Amino acid sequence: MAPTADPSRGALRIALGAGLLVCAGLLLVRATGPWPGDAIVWPAAVAALGGLLIYRSPHSRPRARRGWAAHRQRELPPRRSPSTARARGRPEVSRGGLGVVLVLGAGFAFLWASGGVRPAGEAALAGLAVLVALALIFAPSWRRLARSLAAERSERIRSQERADVGAHLHDSVLQTLALIQRDADDPRQVATLARQQERELRAWLAGRDPATRGESVTAALEAAAAEVEAGAGGSVEVVAVGERALDQRAAAAVAAAREAMLNAVKFAGGSTVSVYAELSEERVLLFIRDRGNGFDPAAVLPERRGVRESIVGRMRRAGGSAVVRSAPGKGTEVEIAIHGRGRS
Amino acid sequence: MSAAAPRVLIVDDHALFRAGVRTLLGEQVEVVGECGEVDSAVSAIEELEPDVVLLDVHMPEGGGVEVIRRTAGRSSVRFLALSVSDAAEDVIALIRAGARGYVTKTISAPELTDAVQRVSEGDAVFSPRLAGFVLDAFAGELPPAQVDPELDLLTAREREVLQHIARGYMYKEIAAQLGISVKTVEAHVSAVLRKLQLSSRHELSRWAAHRRLVD
Repeated sequence: MAPTADPSRGALRIALGAGLLVCAGLLLVRATGPWPGDAIVWPAAVAALGGLLIYRSPHSRPRARRGWAAHRQRELPPRRSPSTARARGRPEVSRGGLGVVLVLGAGFAFLWASGGVRPAGEAALAGLAVLVALALIFAPSWRRLARSLAAERSERIRSQERADVGAHLHDSVLQTLALIQRDADDPRQVATLARQQERELRAWLAGRDPATRGESVTAALEAAAAEVEAGAGGSVEVVAVGERALDQRAAAAVAAAREAMLNAVKFAGGSTVSVYAELSEERVLLFIRDRGNGFDPAAVLPERRGVRESIVGRMRRAGGSAVVRSAPGKGTEVEIAIHGRGRS
Repeated sequence: MSAAAPRVLIVDDHALFRAGVRTLLGEQVEVVGECGEVDSAVSAIEELEPDVVLLDVHMPEGGGVEVIRRTAGRSSVRFLALSVSDAAEDVIALIRAGARGYVTKTISAPELTDAVQRVSEGDAVFSPRLAGFVLDAFAGELPPAQVDPELDLLTAREREVLQHIARGYMYKEIAAQLGISVKTVEAHVSAVLRKLQLSSRHELSRWAAHRRLVD
């Protein structure tokens, strides 16, 4: 296998080589040049290696951005069960830990070699006592500082969000309001603009991304309704129960429903068109209903029969069915059905 | 009972919208007052004792739910939720608090008048969207041990009636389609309302919140 296949292994080899070279260089200096003494140089070299490991470990970089809890969790790598340590981040943990061990070991070796372990221990104890005292004294102010930092941070996030909302409203709602003022004497245009903006705002509030429109039947129906409203005016209300992914057959049903919506808006006489969808993996059931004049299915005008073909015929080809129910004065309802799973 | 026009209080924090509803309601309904906030709505309900309160879901200081909570048991007033919100959790919360129906603000004038009259007579009023929410909430199987058939399941007829409402049918049309009387349709809808308010099914509020997440 090529050495480039695993970059971390390659880096390890380079580090090992560099370490050996440094080692050789030090030995050369020790044999020939001025030498401060084994007790200083070797611990210093080991400590330098440890320090390098600590600073180069991937943990040292994102630390500043994470929260306190995450930070603390990372400080306790040995508590992790071996399996999770292996699962994520063992190389980083062991590298950082190895660095710490090396630095501490080097310091200890230096003290031991220079015969200062016992006095150093006493000094460390005294230092520890002072540290604890300082911690007790300053803990409240530190906490206050930490809290005010957190508050400032969340305030910054909030104002950022406010700016985002403001930008969105400016691009959408304010623009639409301006358009509405301009077209104030055209009620149809005003209604269409208002509907479009309403849909857009609702989708935005619900966190729906326009890019995910194509993924579910409900989203596709909503999109079709919005298109119909934008193109032909009127208002189309979609109510969906359940959900289903937009497979090939469901897409055919949505396309047929779109035709039915277009038709309904044309004949609805200004009233709302209701679209009701019952969706599951086993079936798709769509009802498109208008409260317009309706017609007698037995005496259909030729051009209307053409439109019906585009609904009924399309559904037959997709392996589903479509029924048009209407009577004069009672409005029209188109029922579109697909049974069985979709071929995806 | 239909002789006297129902006395209506409009509670909404948008003055423009209150004025719009007032003109929309027309002659068959007597608007006795308007309120723009929770506190004044509570005192107005106690003072005026309206038959029906048209209640906005979203208002500062707790919204419609708070108004219902604070007047509970003190008045025989009936609430009809009227909102632009189509977030299931808000609507279901208001229904469970005691509202007798929910209609969206895009409702037409005759439909709104009709809804107010229905609610004043003690019936429930479901918009297509609310019917959709209910069908969604009561869909799917529950482990048999947990089911209280009285509260957690819809009968086939109730389901049929709700489907027709969701499809945009009026009560009269539903009655004609199913071959039953309008009174029976109303009885079915009222039964569904009761189940909606009492059922612990799916812990409905949590269902609604979850629905909002995935929507």
